[in-house]
Amino acid sequence: MTNYLEFEKSLAEIEGKSEELRTMARKSPGMDIEKEATALDKKASDMLTNLYGSLTAWQKCQVARHPDRPHCKDYIEALFTEYTPLAGDRNFADDHSVMGGLARFNGRPVVVIGHEKGNDTKSRIERNFGMARPEGYRKAIRLMDLADRFGLPVITLVDTPGAYPGKGAEERGQSEAIARSTEKCLSIKVPLISVVIGEGGSGGAVAFATANRVAMLEHSIYSVISPEGCASILWKDAEKMREAAEALRLTAQNLKELGVCDMIIKEPVGGAHRDPATAIANVGKAIEAMLGQFTSKSAKDVRADRRKKYLGLGSKGLAA
Amino acid sequence: MNWITNYVRPTINSLFSRREVPENLWTKCDECGTMLFHRELSDNLNVCTNCNHHMQISPRARFAALFDGGIFTEVKVPEPIVDPLQFRDQKKYTDRLKASQKATGEKDAMLVARGEIGRTPIVACAQDFSFMGGSMSMYVGNAIIAAAEAAIAAKCPMILFSAAGGARMQEGILGLMQMPRSTIAVQMLREAGLPYIVVLTHPTTGGVTASYAMLGDVQIAEPNALIGFAGARVIEQTIREKLPEGFQRAEYLLDHGMIDRVTPRGKLRDELISVVRMLMGLDMAVLADLPAPTPVTATDSAAKGAAKP
Repeated sequence: MTNYLEFEKSLAEIEGKSEELRTMARKSPGMDIEKEATALDKKASDMLTNLYGSLTAWQKCQVARHPDRPHCKDYIEALFTEYTPLAGDRNFADDHSVMGGLARFNGRPVVVIGHEKGNDTKSRIERNFGMARPEGYRKAIRLMDLADRFGLPVITLVDTPGAYPGKGAEERGQSEAIARSTEKCLSIKVPLISVVIGEGGSGGAVAFATANRVAMLEHSIYSVISPEGCASILWKDAEKMREAAEALRLTAQNLKELGVCDMIIKEPVGGAHRDPATAIANVGKAIEAMLGQFTSKSAKDVRADRRKKYLGLGSKGLAA
Repeated sequence: MNWITNYVRPTINSLFSRREVPENLWTKCDECGTMLFHRELSDNLNVCTNCNHHMQISPRARFAALFDGGIFTEVKVPEPIVDPLQFRDQKKYTDRLKASQKATGEKDAMLVARGEIGRTPIVACAQDFSFMGGSMSMYVGNAIIAAAEAAIAAKCPMILFSAAGGARMQEGILGLMQMPRSTIAVQMLREAGLPYIVVLTHPTTGGVTASYAMLGDVQIAEPNALIGFAGARVIEQTIREKLPEGFQRAEYLLDHGMIDRVTPRGKLRDELISVVRMLMGLDMAVLADLPAPTPVTATDSAAKGAAKP
């Protein structure tokens, strides 16, 4: 059962009709519907290509948050072997919204860390919808430190609406944890590669994505604030999220132009959720390519490269 | 709540646009409502003489009170490209910028200066909440980096007074990217072995708290300052319960081990002199009998011997 987004309504109708025809044909053999069904399929596929070829910023937000979109866990299972989760921040708890541990990427030992949103009600609650608490960031700090000491590259998968706004999270130093995590990203002497696979929500994303190379999936987003949040502050109307999404320039394409994103990873037609295997494979290839850029770099250069990237940001704006 | 309390409660707008020198001679304390004579108020560093409420203070007024003899020199900040996203909500970002510049007389939300406190050379940065909510823009990021570079060149400590609602939305992702950029500035100071002291003032929230404002070697807050990551309203909506009294206030953070000290504005200068001199391995300053400050042009040479590797 496909979950259709609000802008895919007419597409849902056509795909539904074609499905209906085929079900009817299955029930009464001899009925020739193939021609009609194929025509409908063709129409749907054309429509899908058109739709996804020209998504608005707000539509991209919806795709990036699509419930069926492959999540961190799917990427880790498909792209890494010997994944050995390492838990806890050694202070308070283990945050299940952050996955992380040792693993092999194409045979090479690495540390992988990512936000996991969950894919059904139970796992979403367990994962806190991908919103990390201070423990999550402190676990990440611990894992990055481990990677640094043993010379393992770090790969982070970013997919979070933002850091969790909770009473306990504040009391235990949410902001301090994020600040230290960003600082750790900047200080490690091993390559840090980050891929925004869905939502890059503000500071919660920066804490993982302050990397040597940042790649973004074609329909992923990365923003200073959610379009809804921005709309309610600047437009005083949360319903103006379409305008806010546009103004914030939060798409992978905008971020590439601004130099924040280094590489855009192609998604299958209709978004990663329509063909997760292809999307995941594309991400794998991109990580391999980005890691390859650091094979001959010294530890010092790796760190300097990261610093240079961030100090240099802001030298170019978007073309008028 | 009745119509009177509704009517007299100050709007956010009036908080943002308050000028240092009030049009009339009286300012009303937003906490206790006492009418305060402007001279008396500014002599008391914008702290209410009745209820001790710490009101906003402009970077310039703060520096005038902080530095020996009120003497400081501005550190030049490299100017970033203006309005990189061509952002427009109900107003154009460039118009909002111009309005803030006109209202405050400043270029952006951070002022950087160097001078001496208790004959100790320092570089200070102060964030200006009245400039678009103190929001962290590319200029603010550049200011922090320029401040760190100036401190390193003069081998002196850096003191930062934070006040902001977070990253500047109108600069989108480039506003957010000041989190890693300012963190690099803090790292540069650390590598140079120089103290970085943060004074958290009301309010400091969002991406600012989640970067340079929480990375100080010593973290001091002004009394009752609101300090946090998420806004209280967002938290209440998320967890659907009322937050405790004093939540996210300086004293609350102190209780939870998140900051080192809560110090009233009037005592800050002496405390900063003391902390900075100890961290720099200098002798105790005899505060009661300070010699006259050295001329402004001599701040560079005054830094000699101050460095610890």
